[in-house]
Amino acid sequence: MKILVVDDEADVQPLFLQRFRKEIREHEFEFDFALSGEDALNYLHDKHQEVVLILSDINMPGMSGLELLSRIRHEYDEPPPMVMMITAYGDEENHRQAMERGANDFLTKPLDFTLLKEKLKTFST
Amino acid sequence: MDAFYFLAAFILTRRLNKRLKFTPLYAKWHALLNVATWVTILLYIAVKIAFEDWADDLIGSGLLLGMVFYADKEQDFSPWKKMFEATYPLAGAGVITGITALIVGDFYSKNHGWFDIVTAAAFVWMFARWAASRKQEEELKMATIKNTELEKLVTERTSEITKQKEELEETLKELRTTQAQLIQSEKMASLGELTAGIAHEIQNPLNFVNNFSEVSMELVQEMAEELNKGDKDEALAIAADIKQNLEKIMHHGKRADGIVKGMLQHSRASSNVKEPTDINKLADEYLRLAYHGLRAKDKSFNAELATHFGENLPEISIVPQDIGRVLLNLFNNSFYAVQKKQADAGFKPMVELSTSLKGKNIEIVVKDNGTGIPDDIKEKIMQPFFTTKPTGQGTGLGLSLSYDIVVKAHNGKIDVKSKDGEGSEFKISIPV
Repeated sequence: MKILVVDDEADVQPLFLQRFRKEIREHEFEFDFALSGEDALNYLHDKHQEVVLILSDINMPGMSGLELLSRIRHEYDEPPPMVMMITAYGDEENHRQAMERGANDFLTKPLDFTLLKEKLKTFST
Repeated sequence: MDAFYFLAAFILTRRLNKRLKFTPLYAKWHALLNVATWVTILLYIAVKIAFEDWADDLIGSGLLLGMVFYADKEQDFSPWKKMFEATYPLAGAGVITGITALIVGDFYSKNHGWFDIVTAAAFVWMFARWAASRKQEEELKMATIKNTELEKLVTERTSEITKQKEELEETLKELRTTQAQLIQSEKMASLGELTAGIAHEIQNPLNFVNNFSEVSMELVQEMAEELNKGDKDEALAIAADIKQNLEKIMHHGKRADGIVKGMLQHSRASSNVKEPTDINKLADEYLRLAYHGLRAKDKSFNAELATHFGENLPEISIVPQDIGRVLLNLFNNSFYAVQKKQADAGFKPMVELSTSLKGKNIEIVVKDNGTGIPDDIKEKIMQPFFTTKPTGQGTGLGLSLSYDIVVKAHNGKIDVKSKDGEGSEFKISIPV
């Protein structure tokens, strides 16, 4: 299962790679990364068929995660990828907006990787 | 006509006596003057009884001359020199009359009428002079009184002015204190704006610290397993990862540390110590703080941040927290301007930060595509307490303090370009 992680912090990349070390080695998951909403859209433009799940930060400079979510829902519905939103501000407003715009799930920073792993495994089965 | 000389001598002694009254010299002279008066009277009676006319004239004028010569030499009587001089013609007339009467008695007898006229005229002239000098004296006295009054007035005014000056100094001191308090409260206000941004900025590195340490613990576990299995290569790969993670932990720990230090510096009363500073780092730091600060308050807000950092810029000697405040203020203004415009459909808010080296100056440009500044208020934006924000939302000190910091404390320049409705550009130049 290919997962695209969108976050403006570059250091989430080694973090994901190490957290999912075993899963990656066993080819359970495969990760790709984008540093901004714009980046993510460019990536999806070429590879949206491969990507099954998108994990996106909401709070990013430029295009926000919520905007990216709307664009994804608008442009790629065949098949619709799963989208999980992540934000540092775990407030109701962002949660409501994310759900309204069609997010499949909502996570708050700091990420609970055990919880995330479980969720991803539920999705992949 | 011998009576005139005695009369003149009599009046002279009396007058001097009168003049000296109420002065410190009175005690010294009044006894002598009284004696002189009595001598004059007694001498007159004596000469009238005992001597002939010519002798009367000579004795009378001699007495007068004697007194006058004596008084004229006396320093104490110097103010009345004119009075003494006025007696010379009379005394002279007396001497001539007496000598003429003595030597050529016949001639005198025939012409004594003329002598009398001359003597009387000299007497009258003397009195006229006395009156004139008396008038002068009076005027002088008036002038002295006026002078004293004026001096008193001047003293009063001087003390009044001194008092006012002291009051003004006191007020100035109060104003300075108030100004310092205002500056501090403006700092605290901007710190308030920063808090949310700071929280976000610290939260991120903290998350990394936590996550990387957690994952490293797992990795150590895994490494042990691999070693037990005898897979040395895999164990080494894991060790390399752990090392990398520890570096990341250190990096993010320092990042949080830097943010807390920056916050403390920002809130502290200015130390005014200039130190070599990497302007790109400083500007980037404050841009993020400003952005996240605003985002924390208004979650629907978003703007594109474009940064164009000049490469290989020399470090410049500045007070980092002061210039940081200037930048923070400019960023906040830009965000405020694009936020106000965000209501427009299809508007893409954008804030641009550029740094570059232009000749001997480092230029920092903060540009936005927000509401812009109307021409009629462009002149006022650097004035203290000028704000377009609703009451209670802006102190109106941001740009005015920025101006002071850049222009006065760093010999720099702030240039503003703006078009109403299209955006603004603030350019700060600071000499290297």
